[in-house]
Order: sequence, then C-alpha cells, then structure tokens
Amino acid sequence: MGDYLRIEGLSVHFPVRKGLLQRQVGAVKALESVTLTLKKGEAFGLVGESGCGKTTLARTVLRLVDPTSGSIWFDGKNISDLTGTALAPYRKRIAAIFQDPFSSLNPRMTSGQIISEVLQVHRYSGNIKDRVTELLSICGLAPRFADLYPHEMSGGQRQRVGIARALALDPELIVCDEAVSALDVSIQAQIINLLEELREKFDLTYLFIGHDLSVVRHLCDRLAVMYLGRIMEMGTSEEMFSNPRHPYTKALIDAVPEPDPLGQEGKEHVALAGEIPSPLSPPSGCVFHTRCPIAMDQCRSTVPSLSRLAGHHSAACLALETTPEPRTTVAHTN
Amino acid sequence: MPLLEIDNLSVSVVHDAIETPLVRGISYEVSTGEILALVGESGSGKSVSSLAIMGLLASALRVKHGSIKFEGHDLLVQSDEQMRQIRGRDISMVFQEPMTSLNPVRNIGSQIMESIEENLGLTRKQAKTRAIDLLKEVGVADAERRLKQYPHHFSGGMRQRVMIAIALAADPKLIIADEPTTALDVTIQAQILDLMSRICREHGTAMILITHNLGIVARYAQRVNVMYGGRIVEAGRARDLYAAPRHPYTEGLLQSVPRLDQDRSIPLRPIQGSPADPFAEISGCRFHPRCPYAEPICRSKAPEFEGGLACHFPLSQSAKEAV
Repeated sequence: MGDYLRIEGLSVHFPVRKGLLQRQVGAVKALESVTLTLKKGEAFGLVGESGCGKTTLARTVLRLVDPTSGSIWFDGKNISDLTGTALAPYRKRIAAIFQDPFSSLNPRMTSGQIISEVLQVHRYSGNIKDRVTELLSICGLAPRFADLYPHEMSGGQRQRVGIARALALDPELIVCDEAVSALDVSIQAQIINLLEELREKFDLTYLFIGHDLSVVRHLCDRLAVMYLGRIMEMGTSEEMFSNPRHPYTKALIDAVPEPDPLGQEGKEHVALAGEIPSPLSPPSGCVFHTRCPIAMDQCRSTVPSLSRLAGHHSAACLALETTPEPRTTVAHTN
Repeated sequence: MPLLEIDNLSVSVVHDAIETPLVRGISYEVSTGEILALVGESGSGKSVSSLAIMGLLASALRVKHGSIKFEGHDLLVQSDEQMRQIRGRDISMVFQEPMTSLNPVRNIGSQIMESIEENLGLTRKQAKTRAIDLLKEVGVADAERRLKQYPHHFSGGMRQRVMIAIALAADPKLIIADEPTTALDVTIQAQILDLMSRICREHGTAMILITHNLGIVARYAQRVNVMYGGRIVEAGRARDLYAAPRHPYTEGLLQSVPRLDQDRSIPLRPIQGSPADPFAEISGCRFHPRCPYAEPICRSKAPEFEGGLACHFPLSQSAKEAV
C-alpha cells in the first residue's frame, strides 16, 4: 500500500489586489512547495509560529482553500482538483476539529441539532437520534447534553461536542487545528487523552496542527516544523526532540519553559532574536536566515532543500549539508 | 515591611441584588524586586483580585472586605484622584492583548509620552527623550522613527514591548502583568519574558505575573500562589511547590501538562470535571467535587488557609523530604 495522504510540492499563494481595477500587486506566499506523507493510523503534527502556513496546509487538505500548484493524494486518488459532488465522498472521510468550540458551533442550535445536521446532509441511513446519543457517549457526554446549547456548556464539554460532530460520519482522517489550545490546563489533558483513545478505537489518522510543542510531541508520532510556508525539519517525535538539527527547531524547543524550576536553574536559554518576517515579502534564500544564529553568506541566496539526515529525519539547512554531523542513533520507543 | 500586603481580600459580583463571591478571602505579600506568580484556571479569581489592587474593578464588582496595603497605605481607602496617581507612578499593569489596550488612532509616541508627562511632570522635549530611551530599553529598534507610527504598524510582540515601555514610564515599584504573553508566539514569548525579568532585576521592580502556564512560572517566578475557586489553595517557593506539591489541585495541574523532558508514552493524568463555576453552589472545599482524595469533611467544611496551604488532607510530606 502506498502513502495514505501524500502532499506533493504544494504551494498556496493568496493574491493581494489593489486599486480600482483590483490589479494583483503581490502575493502572500502562505505555502511554498511543501511535500509530506502520512501513513494510515499515524498522528502527524505540524508546528510553527503565526504565519508559518500550518493552518493553510490544514485548510488545503480539507479542500477549503485551493492550491496554487502541487497536489494532494488521499488513499491513492488526487483530490486537489476535485470539485462539487466528486468531492462529497472525501468530505465524509476527512473531518475537522477546530480550535475554538464556541465559534465553530452554531450558538442557536443544540448540540443534538449540531451533530444531526451533519448526518442529515450526508443522508445517514440509520436512526439519527440513536447515533447522536452514541456519539455523545463516545466523547464522554451523557445523553442529556443533546438538548443543551453551546453557551450552557463549559469549554471542555463544547470541545467534546465538536469532536462528536467530527466523528459523526466515521471519518478516517481528522484534521485537528489547534484543537486543545483554547482549553484550561486540566481540561486540555482530558481532551488530549480522549483524542488518543479515539485514534486507537477507530483507527483514525490525525493531522494535528498546534503551536504548543509539548502537546504536539505528546500526541504525534511524527511531526514537521514549519516557518514562513516551508518545512524546516521533519522526523519522528523522538528524533526531533532528542536530536533537533535545524537551528529553528532548536530555538523553538529552547523557548518552551519546562514546568520544573530546578531543571531551569543555571540553564542558559538564548531567546531567538528578531521577528517573523512578512509572508508578503519573505527573505531571499533560506527564509530563516534573518533570525538564524548560524547564518552564512550563501544562506541569503540559496534556498536549502529538505534533505534526509538519517532514517525518517530530514531538514532544510545549508549548514547541515556542508558540515555533516556524525549520525546519532535514535531510540525508537513506539 | 513588604511592598504589597493583601489581607483577607474578598471581591463579589452583584447582579440583580444577588451577590456572588469571586475572590474569597485571599492574603499574600509581595516584596521589593521579587516576581510572584498567580496560577490558576478560568474563574479562579486571579485576574479579578489583581484588578482590585489597581482599583480597576468593573462597576458590578465590589470589594466586600479585606485590605490592600501598598507601602503601608491601604489602597481601598484612597480617593479616585490618589489612586490615579498611584496607578501611573507606583503600580502599573501590562495586559494580555496589546492591540486592545493601545489606542489605534494615536501614534505610539504620544501614548508613551502621555504617561511620562502625567506622572513625572517633564516638559514635552524631555518626555520625548525619555520615550526614546524607554523604547530602546524594551528593544524597539529605530526608536525615534517608530514614535511617529501607529499601533497597526507594530507586530504583536512589538506592541507588547510598547505596552511594557508605557508601564515602565514612571519607573513603578510594582508591575502587574496579566497573561502578558498568552497571545504571542513561543519565540516572542521568550523574548518578552526575558525582557520583563531583566527589567525587574535591574530596576528592583516587583512583579505579579498572572499566568496559566506552569512552565513560565518555573522559569521566571520565585514564589507562586496557586488559585482555585477564588481562593489561594497553595503558596510557596516555586521550586518546593513543583518538587512536592501538597495540595491535590497543584498535583493535578502538574500531572496534566505534557512535558518535553518526560517520556511521551507516559499518559497524562487530567483532573476530572471542570473548573469550579463561581456561580455554582459548592459546599465545603470548592475543589472537593474534582479531588481524588476527598473525604466527607471536605464536602461540609472549607479548609482554613494555614502555612501556605488550604487542604484538610495535605499530600504526604515524605516525597518532599526525599528531594
């Protein structure tokens, strides 16, 4: 069997128009030749800061945004140019969970109505009421929650309804866009555990977008670090965190404060200087060179390609190409 | 004498003549130059209690009893005019969302200089020089040109730097920072918090850092108050509290967060249920419905806050001694 989800050379540019004639004066390069593959049943994470393109990538996979170039192959079929009814079967197989359950749930519908709407649209053949009760219970909610409106529930309960809706049509792939970011710490842990449980139970594949490295590491088998529309480094969670190779990944990991005051004492952390450049006019060469602590002259002109370091681990950095570090063995624990 | 001394402070919200307590008798002190963190989830009362210090409670909120002493003077008996002076000169505040705290139709320079002129009584020209110095100190490059720019010209991180410059304008003794980096990216968050803790160190400024992020507390604060349901449930030095939490809620919080320095196959142990709703009637200890160790007495009697802890059955001390 080939790759379950294959994203190939995907670029998404949003035109910027100006003036009376709405002439195109530029483009926001949200994604630039991104290639990655997901295996069936794995949880793949996308991390990065604002403007890195992780959400655009998620929305393109969901076919909510059209790619400028490149293709998306899902289960052996190119879905990037499908439209209308040809797309309908994929809308069933690929579902989404969003960040803020308060704005992704209709405030004037009860959670029962919210979930059954999905079933009705896709002409569910069974008993809709029973299915709603079943979905709620899968997500840890009692049947009475079907009659509650979003404002009558807590943030965690709302997110459970959002997950129940995503599960309604027995999807195979779920795109989770910052699915736990808006929740309180104790609730976040509950939802993370629920997502893990569901993946095992229904053999789901996750494309998990997040900015919290420790959450993504916990949930995902593999991940990609993105910066200004490009993948900087990709590998298994173990490889990426025990042996980060790209200077941006290193800085990102270093910026996360650990909940351990003793471990922090005397530990030098160097905050990454500067700001994320505008995707309207990304830097030439390697997009990270303006903030990179080890940037060389050639980084300003040459775009590094994502090349394999060892195993599944790859990175896009010229410094790694010129001075190869000895390969380190990485323990695989899963 | 501590810089700030809060004694048995209670704040209630009044709606339709019904009073609901949001802060239920909290006491703590802040000394000169120290960074104290207030940690808690939504509805724990961490923000409301801090707005009470600033005298900025919304009209439906009332301080029911208690005192807030700043350098020995009770802030709750000061006139509005006196509070206005204290707010700029002695205590200042940095909020979460810099875009909503800056005026979008005035340039940055006039907003920083307003605070300087108001509090230090400098001339316009002196104020401008000070504004440029402040922007440089908080790491805004090309300060002179940027004074003329408007908030929308600045990125989120840069706007937060401007807010810090305004907070520093009169060289206050205490800064209250309410989730100052929650809206920012991780690398920018590290820049801003490094900056704030450097400023506290260099100027001897004390800071109350309100956050929900346990990692930030560990990296930047010396002492912590853990809040739940309007009370402080545990207080202590950050390193002691993390090494050996005594309150079940503190333990639950620490076990809820995934960590980079732990094996990722260790499952998270979340606290059951949802954070206490301030409007819900909960008898005894407000944490008891979620507490894995709750006994009958926890349902009937609220524990006193003694020795930095409010719990009938503190977690065993043996773990603490082992560290």
